[in-house]
Amino acid sequence: MLNTREVDLVVIGGGPAGMAAAAAAAGAGVEKIVLLERQEKLGGILPQCIHNGFGLRFFKEELTGPEYAHRFILELKKYPQIQVKTGTMVMKITAGRQVVTAGAAEGLVCYQARAVIFAMGCRERPRGAINIPGTRPAGIYTAGSLQYLMNIEGFIPGREAVILGSGDVGLIMARRLTLEGIRVKAVLELMPFSSGLNRNVVQCLEDFNIPLYLSHTVTAIHGQKRIERVSVAPVDADLRPVVEKEFDLSCDTLVLSVGLIPENELSLQAGVELDPATGGPVVDSFYQTTVDGIFACGNVVHVHDLVDDVSTESIVAGRAAAAYLRGEIGRNRWFPVKAGRNIRSVVPQRIVAGQATPLYIRACFPERNALLCIGNRQSRRRVVSPGETIYYTVKPEDTATTGGFFTVSLEGGEADD
Amino acid sequence: MSIPEVDVLVIGGGVVGAALLRELSRYELALLLVEKEADVSFGTSKANSGIVHSGLHDRPGTLKAHLSVRGCRLFPELAAELGFLYKQNGAVVVARSSEEMAGLEKLLENGRANGVKGLSLINREELRRLEPNLAPDLAGGLLAPSGGIVVPFDLVFALTENAVANGAKLMVGTEVLGIKEEKDGFLVRTNRRPLRAKVIVNAAGLHGGEVAAMIGDHSIQIYARKGEEYIFDRKLEGLVQRTIFPLPSKVSKGILVIPTVDGNIMIGPTAHRVEDYDLSTSPAGWNEVYSEARKLVPALQAKDLITAFSGLRAVGPTGDFIIAPSAVSPRFINAAGIESPGLTAAPAIAEYIVELIKESGLRLRRKRDFNPFRPVVRLRELNPRGQADLMQKDPAYGQIVCRCEMVSAGEIRDAVRRGATTLDGVKLRTRSGMGRCQGGFCTPRLIRLLSAELGLPPEEISKNGPGSELLFGRLRGGREEKTKEEKEDA
Repeated sequence: MLNTREVDLVVIGGGPAGMAAAAAAAGAGVEKIVLLERQEKLGGILPQCIHNGFGLRFFKEELTGPEYAHRFILELKKYPQIQVKTGTMVMKITAGRQVVTAGAAEGLVCYQARAVIFAMGCRERPRGAINIPGTRPAGIYTAGSLQYLMNIEGFIPGREAVILGSGDVGLIMARRLTLEGIRVKAVLELMPFSSGLNRNVVQCLEDFNIPLYLSHTVTAIHGQKRIERVSVAPVDADLRPVVEKEFDLSCDTLVLSVGLIPENELSLQAGVELDPATGGPVVDSFYQTTVDGIFACGNVVHVHDLVDDVSTESIVAGRAAAAYLRGEIGRNRWFPVKAGRNIRSVVPQRIVAGQATPLYIRACFPERNALLCIGNRQSRRRVVSPGETIYYTVKPEDTATTGGFFTVSLEGGEADD
Repeated sequence: MSIPEVDVLVIGGGVVGAALLRELSRYELALLLVEKEADVSFGTSKANSGIVHSGLHDRPGTLKAHLSVRGCRLFPELAAELGFLYKQNGAVVVARSSEEMAGLEKLLENGRANGVKGLSLINREELRRLEPNLAPDLAGGLLAPSGGIVVPFDLVFALTENAVANGAKLMVGTEVLGIKEEKDGFLVRTNRRPLRAKVIVNAAGLHGGEVAAMIGDHSIQIYARKGEEYIFDRKLEGLVQRTIFPLPSKVSKGILVIPTVDGNIMIGPTAHRVEDYDLSTSPAGWNEVYSEARKLVPALQAKDLITAFSGLRAVGPTGDFIIAPSAVSPRFINAAGIESPGLTAAPAIAEYIVELIKESGLRLRRKRDFNPFRPVVRLRELNPRGQADLMQKDPAYGQIVCRCEMVSAGEIRDAVRRGATTLDGVKLRTRSGMGRCQGGFCTPRLIRLLSAELGLPPEEISKNGPGSELLFGRLRGGREEKTKEEKEDA
């Protein structure tokens, strides 16, 4: 069989999560670390995010995506114990932390790791997953692949675009296309609210007079070779298109920004339990998954609004992996988090006893002046929106007074209009 | 310039044309296949359900019955020679009620009359044991173990590639515009250059009527019957083992649940006559397919859908295949109205047409050096040792381009050398872009690889031929690049 290389830690994914986790683990004393990245360069999605707005929380200054990535690439260089393997894809992983990789440089390689950190990120939901009727012409892109084609490859993808979905990448691309002289005719959003950050709605659409149609969707795609137009209709309260109000928009490009899906095929192979609410692994305060010695951080766990939060969380995971390798983290006592009213997801899903734990909370629907209730504690939130993470840090002493679990809920809010 | 002349011209690069070209390449003949689309299999065959039917459905005594039973028998050896994706997974026709059990008995007799081997009726319990995820209220089934599944376009590529390796010629993007009968054959006008052929086989599918009309044969009336199909994520692999059929209706075999060779679950097809050749999918089609399929397999869920497509069956006037020399000319052979089970029958149709060509007077002499095998590398299907060896020999096989389906740069390059000139051509040959992300990550890389291997600027790379180019130009200040020719000039 293949030769096996024994290492302390394998980090899968060289985006912001993997880079921060690997550097943190090295900083905490882990000796043999391998960082695997399937692309030819480190940085994940950051190099194509040439807009600014990154780093405000983490570095307290405003950076572009490539600049943000560069900071971590420099950080990695401080640690000779980290071997970076780019152009290397994980083919297989086992619950026993055996990792088989493929790459042009070394061919097939097998690593036996004492700990693993998953940092695979997420992918975009494609057209087929939302089942838009119509033809299958050229000119339909997910927002992220369009961003890659423009910002990395330098191509003009079309002349007239319609964007379906108001996720952050879609909003950013609305502005980007406009700046390059491509007319964005509309951004359509199925829900009655944008799923992106409010700042992006303002800076990317309103500032450029790009119309946002809430509660609208694409009902058909037309054109045999290249897309020629889309049919658009408002949707009713059950999100069903109101066919009588259908209208057409001509375009040669349709951009989809209809959701991100944590990329967890490897997690499933390794036997890690996933949370249906996030699509990512169930993790505890240390970002350890349900499989011993396998940690996870970044968008593979849950889709973040801000890369800054990815970095913060990944440092926790990297340090925890180091502690695990020193034998300091075993199976800890933990309390499950239960989602109550207007809570779609909470990460981590398990709070370790006596451990300060920052929570990332996502609401189901927008409301105002709701009371955020976590265990016995309450705090008022003026505006709640599914597009914006709610932050709350559980204090170590809070776990002493809990009755076996933490319920997170939003209570008594007013409808948002 | 003289007009090139071939012995046999095959019009149409679908599964029938491809199977015939390969069968004819066993003989010392000058062969040419012309296809109007940018690649073979880009028409009806691309959207085929990929079922190798046992032959139990067809009316005894028809060409359909005879050739599908024969075709089904030819598949295992053909797959071994050509290495296309095929599996003899068996089929089961299910009855929803005890009344329908009577229908299964009739179908059993029908199948036996056609010479289908191994058929048996099974009761509710046996059906549950074999296929535990079927709806619990089904009354029983008719088991057809000889039935199989195949990736239809992969079959077409395999057949044409092997034919070309054995000396046949292939011209894609070549549309026949007119045919004139001459003393010893035909003069054929195309959108590219004129050709001469001693014998013509019309395997033009939906356009079979138009092509026949070019020599004055107006007997072939073809209409299109559309079928929509929906594909689910591979994580459902194993939901059913066999291809699940309901009791057939008059016009079609019904909405099926198909486990594809690649491990996806596919449901469909609809069967509705259409007047134009529009390939859209529709909410009505989805509702029909989904509700019917869930009556068979209730565990199917819309959230696991990854893609959908539709195709057009070429339906002829007689209800049977029309495979015969035209009444207008004995050297012009029609292979028309090849609807289901045309894919299954294709290898047998090819044999049948070779006999017709012999009868037309053309002398056929077997080649000594015919090579029945087609080499193809699929990283995904090798064991780790095989993968490691391959990557050591050629590092391009270690460079994974499509993360969902594990396709390497080496396989993409091979696909272009095997004939792909478009994104869809690469996708259908390698599965790159066919997984759960549907090309979100690999499309830009495929454009690059195609551009480099073909020596064309990226702007000329298309999805499936002229008019479907993906890019409109370069951004200001974008990276400047030279094509192969420019580099050579410099």
